[in-house]
Amino acid sequence: MSIDKETARRVAHLARIRVEEDQLEALAGEFNAILKFVEQLNEVDVEGVEPMTAVMPMRLKRRKDEVTDGGYPEKILANAPDAREGFFAVPKVVE
Amino acid sequence: MGDLSKLTIAEAREGLRKGEFTAVELAESCLGEIEGAGALNAFVHNTPEIALDQAKAADARLKAEGSDAPAMCGIPLGIKDLFCTRHVPSQAASFILDGFRPEYESTVTRNLWDAGAVMLGKLNMDEFAMGSSNETSHYGPAVNPWRRKGSEKPLTPGGSSGGSAAAVAADLCLGATGTDTGGSIRQPAAFTGIVGLKPTYGRCSRWGIVAFASSLDQAGPMVKSVRDAAIMLGAMAGHDPKDSTSMDIPVPDFEAALAGDIKGKRIGIPKEYRMEGMPGEIEKFWEEGAAMLREAGAEIVDISLPHTKYALPAYYVIAPAEASSNLARYDGVRYGHRAKLAEGEGITEMYEKTRAEGFGHEVQRRVMIGTYVLSAGFYDAYYRRAQRVRTLIRRDFDAAFEAGVDAILTPATPSSAFALGEMDDADPIRMYLNDVFTVTVNLAGLPGISVPAGLDEKGLPLGLQLIGRPWEEGELLKTAQVIEDAAGFVSKPEKWW
Repeated sequence: MSIDKETARRVAHLARIRVEEDQLEALAGEFNAILKFVEQLNEVDVEGVEPMTAVMPMRLKRRKDEVTDGGYPEKILANAPDAREGFFAVPKVVE
Repeated sequence: MGDLSKLTIAEAREGLRKGEFTAVELAESCLGEIEGAGALNAFVHNTPEIALDQAKAADARLKAEGSDAPAMCGIPLGIKDLFCTRHVPSQAASFILDGFRPEYESTVTRNLWDAGAVMLGKLNMDEFAMGSSNETSHYGPAVNPWRRKGSEKPLTPGGSSGGSAAAVAADLCLGATGTDTGGSIRQPAAFTGIVGLKPTYGRCSRWGIVAFASSLDQAGPMVKSVRDAAIMLGAMAGHDPKDSTSMDIPVPDFEAALAGDIKGKRIGIPKEYRMEGMPGEIEKFWEEGAAMLREAGAEIVDISLPHTKYALPAYYVIAPAEASSNLARYDGVRYGHRAKLAEGEGITEMYEKTRAEGFGHEVQRRVMIGTYVLSAGFYDAYYRRAQRVRTLIRRDFDAAFEAGVDAILTPATPSSAFALGEMDDADPIRMYLNDVFTVTVNLAGLPGISVPAGLDEKGLPLGLQLIGRPWEEGELLKTAQVIEDAAGFVSKPEKWW
């Protein structure tokens, strides 16, 4: 499987990272080097093997569905690049 | 009273209790060393006011509680920049978290402060812990206090916890926190001649630690002795309701586990770790480690971990996949950097420009690889397959332990520290190979420790790695103690900074 310039552009957009047009070719090359390396995994017989989902076998803890935290919007907004009237502010989303 | 910063945690604990010096004097000694060590670029945010306040409180507590005070009371530490520390810059060495000062404290650092430890500042690292040389840091690389014999060439302290390793090796602090996703505690520990322990996955809470790859990340101590690792892990560890993957089991007295011997223990030597092209020096060093354990009464057995070869490829699917999800939160909305927008640009441009400006090259590459392997049509071929291979890697270890192996001995790294810039032109895979001996341990969730055990021909430290059974850090530390005692590694870098 080989990544071309178009795929690199699509992946960059999916990841929401701007990549300049003249960088796409090089990026595709880097992706291909890494993917070639990981393609060794195709040599392994994984027939009937379950994917690992829990690193350490443990039962997921349950807790009561209740509010235990919150009520401090000023702390939540303290690090925002742009906060107004108790909200995060972003560029206009709806036309 | 000089040279207090050179003490081990165990020595300082004793001196503080005997009243030979105060926690404030100890902290001041470290702060003075940090002041003079700018050339190492290990500390990136200093917190002297916090240090002195905490040290005063520790002195009061030591006075009030005497020998009942916790072991870490008054011990000055450096904290990897990956840990969120309240109102103190915590930016994972990334520009995208520029100016971020959390309103909360990570559970591990909270545990340490509750035990009376003292924060000196935040430590350099690879950006978002992605790297093996500290060179991806937004702050510029930390520098290894060690140099090759007869050379002034700056060397890497390893990564990603490179600042932690450099700070401990240069005696700027008594211990430091690190995190380990593929070797990020053990490789830098090996490169700087210190002890680094990655605990069992779930031993320490990940809450409040900036996430890289959630199923692999684990915090651990980076210190000057095996005993110190036992002491510091005891203070860091424990169940945390805020991290559902932290195990709800008691934290044993790791230090007490150091007593006793390793007679009759079975130590496995995995044949797959004898890599093609492994330097003879490393091979010999490994054999000497085995001889030390044999001498102490352990039985050395050859074992096989057949899927070892596939650990790095599996890691380079799983870690970027998890990173691409975890790093989706850096969007310029809630914290950190936001790109300036041109007239007419909207929210998509804000995301794309913010992330292009905020993330460094390696982070961008891994986020995009992760995005690709998780994208529609490729998920099964890459991610699901890698997780199945991961199961097989775990089974290799399970089989060895079931056959009666108590611990596994390997080199920690394929070489000693390399020069900063040396890998600049190399393809990324060559850098990734640094983790070839350590990454299996993260995939299997096991505890692993790197212990300094000698110098190579260039006069640089080398580390041996021991891998233990899950949740048996105590037994692992005991075995590591045998290597530490037998190797008698006391070398220190010559001060040039």
